[in-house]
Amino acid sequence: MIDPVALFLLLLSASTPILFAALGELVVERAGVLNLGVEGMMIVGALSGFATAYYSGDAFLGFAVAALAGALVALPFAILTQFLMSNQVASGLALTLFGLGLAALFGKPVEGVRAPIMSVGPLGLNWIVWLGLAMVPAVWWFLNRSRAGLILRGVGENHDAAHALGYDVRRVRLAAIAFGGAMAGIGGAFISVATVLQWTEGMTAGAGWIALAIVVFSNWTAVGVLAGAWLFGGVTVLQLRLQAAGVRVPVQLLSMAPYLATIIVLVAISARQKFSRRAGGAAPGSLGQDFHALR
Amino acid sequence: MTDAAVFQARGIGKSYPGVRANDDVSFTVAPGEIHALLGENGAGKSTLVKMIYGLVRPDEGDMTLNGQPHQPADPRAARAAGVAMVFQHFSLFDALTVAENIALGMENPPPRRELSARIAQVSQDFGLPLNPARRIVTLSAGERQRVEIIRCLLQNPRLLIMDEPTSVLTPQEAELLFATLRKLAGHGTAILYISHKLEEIRTHCDRATILRHGRVVDSCDPREHSARTLAAMMVGGEMRPIDRSGRQAGEVLLQVKDLSLPAPTAEGTALKSVALTLRAGEILGIGGVAGNGQDELLSALSGEARSASGSILLEGADLSRLGPEARRTAGLLAAPEDRLGHAAVPDFSLTENTLLTAGARRHLVRKGLIDRPAARAFAQDVIRAFDVRTPGPGTAAKALSGGNLQKFVIGREVMQAPRVLVVNQPTWGVDAGASAAVRQSLLDLAGQGAGVIVISQDLDEILELSDRFCALNEGRLSAPVPTEGLTLDQIGLMLGGAHGMEVAHL
Repeated sequence: MIDPVALFLLLLSASTPILFAALGELVVERAGVLNLGVEGMMIVGALSGFATAYYSGDAFLGFAVAALAGALVALPFAILTQFLMSNQVASGLALTLFGLGLAALFGKPVEGVRAPIMSVGPLGLNWIVWLGLAMVPAVWWFLNRSRAGLILRGVGENHDAAHALGYDVRRVRLAAIAFGGAMAGIGGAFISVATVLQWTEGMTAGAGWIALAIVVFSNWTAVGVLAGAWLFGGVTVLQLRLQAAGVRVPVQLLSMAPYLATIIVLVAISARQKFSRRAGGAAPGSLGQDFHALR
Repeated sequence: MTDAAVFQARGIGKSYPGVRANDDVSFTVAPGEIHALLGENGAGKSTLVKMIYGLVRPDEGDMTLNGQPHQPADPRAARAAGVAMVFQHFSLFDALTVAENIALGMENPPPRRELSARIAQVSQDFGLPLNPARRIVTLSAGERQRVEIIRCLLQNPRLLIMDEPTSVLTPQEAELLFATLRKLAGHGTAILYISHKLEEIRTHCDRATILRHGRVVDSCDPREHSARTLAAMMVGGEMRPIDRSGRQAGEVLLQVKDLSLPAPTAEGTALKSVALTLRAGEILGIGGVAGNGQDELLSALSGEARSASGSILLEGADLSRLGPEARRTAGLLAAPEDRLGHAAVPDFSLTENTLLTAGARRHLVRKGLIDRPAARAFAQDVIRAFDVRTPGPGTAAKALSGGNLQKFVIGREVMQAPRVLVVNQPTWGVDAGASAAVRQSLLDLAGQGAGVIVISQDLDEILELSDRFCALNEGRLSAPVPTEGLTLDQIGLMLGGAHGMEVAHL
């Protein structure tokens, strides 16, 4: 009753928003910054992308604006944490609350309207899905093979050493935070412009938090992020199919399933591998710590 | 010699709010010279080299490198000009590989494969074996330092700055380092060598510039002076010689039998059937390279970690299953290595910090209430007796300089008149004056009939203080040997045995 190929294609779509957001957060965390504002940046991206697509009639322009908006809304977080030495956890939470409120306020005019139709790419999949898949090797290559990626990892691993070697820690982190915002923005816009085709308040529904969890689950690797996103997307698609097939399980339990599955896998993984650095765990050494250069 | 100087500084000055870090500093370094920069902590050595390396900009004065004005805007500019630096606390990235770490320290690193080949080449030329693909976490301290040195060597520096490079090395590893530096100097590289280890500078350096309170007080050939006169120049005045007299080993105070503990963390070291006996009036020195179980041994003795019953006996009473407070009451006190965060709470005042370990033994807590005046008076006593320079007992611990805080945390234990005191790295990062005071207080304590265990990586300190010496190696404690007549070489062999040293490669 369920065609595996069709299911896989659906899975690709369903996992796209968190894939974008988690890849962005991966780069941010590899630079040593913990940005808990992913959910807020996603929802701002979802609204700005949807509004742009609706008023201009061009969905791709919507994604571009969503990326820009995501990066812009991350900017106060960057200034607070990198220049004013605010606590990253509190500032990130504030960013989420700020983004949710901001989007709800400005989203009123576009409630109830439909997004323009997007042209589809190969295999009947949205071009943004392909872009997301392409971002996985791109981020991997950037982090592991490029000079800029090496500097970024150095900054995240030991910001004092990076500073001593003459790298501008704050500039690297600023760029990483902006990139994370842009990626979260695109991820959010995918939900409103390409999946639901409508704007609803709070429509990201915790996807940003899942993205954050997936970065940890991935052990801070791009391939791991893809696996995590597919796990979440897969369970989402499966439970929707099960709902449609009228399985005698309460809808609430099914809707809960993707989140539950992610949490269970996360707990299982962190229980086994203690994230010890010697055991191969790769949590960046300076993750979440304030950097204060002594001049 | 000066006309062909590689590096010259003239009238360098730098002020921070409230501090004059450097004042009118001038010196020159000739090609092929190992030039020592000598001074106590806070004498302005670090600020000076940071200016040469472009991390800090001088307020006044000028520098020349190879005859060209040297005003680096940042470390990259300094590196481009031919300055390389090996940091005191390694500036390495733990999770990255050797090759990646080296690439980060270079301006235009070659492609990965070529870089690995060049690393292999240089490490062979200088007898410093290193595998480019290994991650830093898996390396020993000596190997980590090799990474830093090779990172510098790949840039063919004109001036190589080394900031206290031997503080984490065994004597044999230090010898290897000096052999490397000699080779480098033979190729014409100038080396600026920062240290406060006088013996090392006397044997290996060609010239020494001595800094005190940010000013150059003297410049000399260190080989022509004794360690004592060098120390006097550093400190400004004669050092009081250590007085070892008046001690006699008495009855057995502390007995440790078959003490084994699993490693507390993945990076920690397990203790493997440690045994020792400590007599009254005796100082037992325990040496070892960092990470061989020093911290674990201290926590087992202090009571932070509990061991199998019967493994730790103080005057016949079994303390193995008791916590720190009960052990203090019984007379077994300890001062851990990390003074800020382990020995003292950074944000607490000195009075409050006094309460933390002296509360029970000095009766500073009555019926569950703190006796503030008594605590304050005791803190005041410690400050007076140990010459702790601070406005008063109300000052927060973190506001004290390292040396002053160390005097305070050691003084706090000594003034409680312990039966047995265990200290770990009592003078780590402490200037010569404060070190002498701390060491003398330990000797005096033993003179009064207490037993003292000194765990230290500073072998000179152990030789100076202790009556018997044990080596701690991968969690195993060697049998004690009398310190009288023991040489640094013999100690080095005791420590180095299982450490994986590679002297033979040179």
